[in-house]
Amino acid sequence: MPTAGISLIRPHTEVIQPPRALWVPFELGRPLGPPNNPVFQKRVLMALLKLFEAPSGPILVDFPDEEPESSEESMVLSCPVIYAGDADEAGAADTLEAAFHREMTAMRPWYDMAVAERKRTTVGISGIGIEDLGVFLCACVQGKEPESPRKDLSLAYAIKFAAEDLKAYYIEAITAQPGQQGASSRKLQDWFWDETRAGELLLELKKVCEASPDKTLNMIGLHFMVPHSVAARKGK
Amino acid sequence: MRLENVSEAERKMLLSFKCPSFATHPWVSGPPLNKRRVAIITTSGLLGRHDRPFQNDPGDNYRVIPGSSQANDLVMSHMSTGFDRTGFQRDWNVIFPLDRLREAAAEGIIGSVADFHYSYNTIRAQPDAPEPMREVAALLKKDRVDAAMLFPV
Repeated sequence: MPTAGISLIRPHTEVIQPPRALWVPFELGRPLGPPNNPVFQKRVLMALLKLFEAPSGPILVDFPDEEPESSEESMVLSCPVIYAGDADEAGAADTLEAAFHREMTAMRPWYDMAVAERKRTTVGISGIGIEDLGVFLCACVQGKEPESPRKDLSLAYAIKFAAEDLKAYYIEAITAQPGQQGASSRKLQDWFWDETRAGELLLELKKVCEASPDKTLNMIGLHFMVPHSVAARKGK
Repeated sequence: MRLENVSEAERKMLLSFKCPSFATHPWVSGPPLNKRRVAIITTSGLLGRHDRPFQNDPGDNYRVIPGSSQANDLVMSHMSTGFDRTGFQRDWNVIFPLDRLREAAAEGIIGSVADFHYSYNTIRAQPDAPEPMREVAALLKKDRVDAAMLFPV
C-alpha cells in the first residue's frame, strides 16, 4: 500500500524511515496546521500528496512554512465568573463547586453559539449531557463513585472523558466570543488552567484520581488529566 | 513540530521514545495522482460519536470512519494531554482533512476519496504487533485505495 505521512517529530522519522514523510513545524495535535485556514491546509495536503509522485524513497521532505501567527496580542480572554472564595450575598462561603456551576452556566450561550455557527461540537465522548457534566465531575471530586454514564465505559475512563468534554465545552465556547476564533493554543490553555474554575476543579480531580487505589484511575490522575507542563507549573 | 519551542522536560521526554528501525524499506508506486484513490489514517483516536471509546483493550485497535462522515459525527478518545486539541475543537480538518480531500477530488487533483478511513488510538509505535496494520492495509485494498495518508497528533 503506498503511504505518505506527516512527520511531527523529525528525529523519530529519521530513525523509522517510512517511505514518504513530510515534516511540518506545527505543534503536536495540528498535522495540517491552523484551524479555519483552508488555503494553508490545502498547501500542506498538496505537499503531502506530491510525495506520491516521487520516483524512489524513503524520502523525508520539510514543509517550508511556519503556521501563520494568531493575532493574540490584541486578545484578552475573559472569564465570565468571579470566584469570590469568601462569601456570597447570604454570607455563606462560596465554594469552588458553586462557582464552577455558575461559570458553566455563564459559558452556555457562547457554547450554543459555537455549535450553531460551526454546526458541530467535539463534546460528547463521555456520553454525559452538558447539563449533567458538572454534577458528575463534582461528585468525583468529592470522592463519590457515580455510575459510569455508559455501559461500554469503565468509571475511570468515564471520568477521563468527562474531563475532556469539559475542556472542549470551554474552548468551543470561548473561541465563539468576538475576535477569539484564532486564539493560539497557548493562550487558550493558559486561560483554561489559570483563570477558570473548571481548570481549578480538574486540578482537584487530578489529586483525587492520584490518591485512588484503582490503577487505571491512578494512571489517569498522574498522566492524563492535566498536561504535564501545567501540572509542573502549578506544582501539582 | 519545532523541538526548540517546547520545554527541556518535554523535549527530553519526546526524544526518549524508542522508535523502531527497519532493515528493509519497501517502496510501492502507483498511478498518477489524479487517478489515485485516497484514504486517511490517523492515530488521533477519532471515532464516531456513537462508537465505543478506546479503553486500551488488547485487540481493540482501530475504528472505521465512513467516507460520508461530517464534522459533527466525530469525537476524540485519545488519552494523551500532550498535544493541542484546541485546533481540532475549532476545525476537524486540522487532524482529519476530509473536506480538503473532497475538494481535491472535486478539482481533479486526486482520483477519488475512499469509502472508509481508519483511526488508531496508539500513542507509540507497535512494530512488534503489526497485525492491525496489516488488517487495515487489506481493507484499504478491498476499497481500491492506492494512496494512504497518515496523520499523527
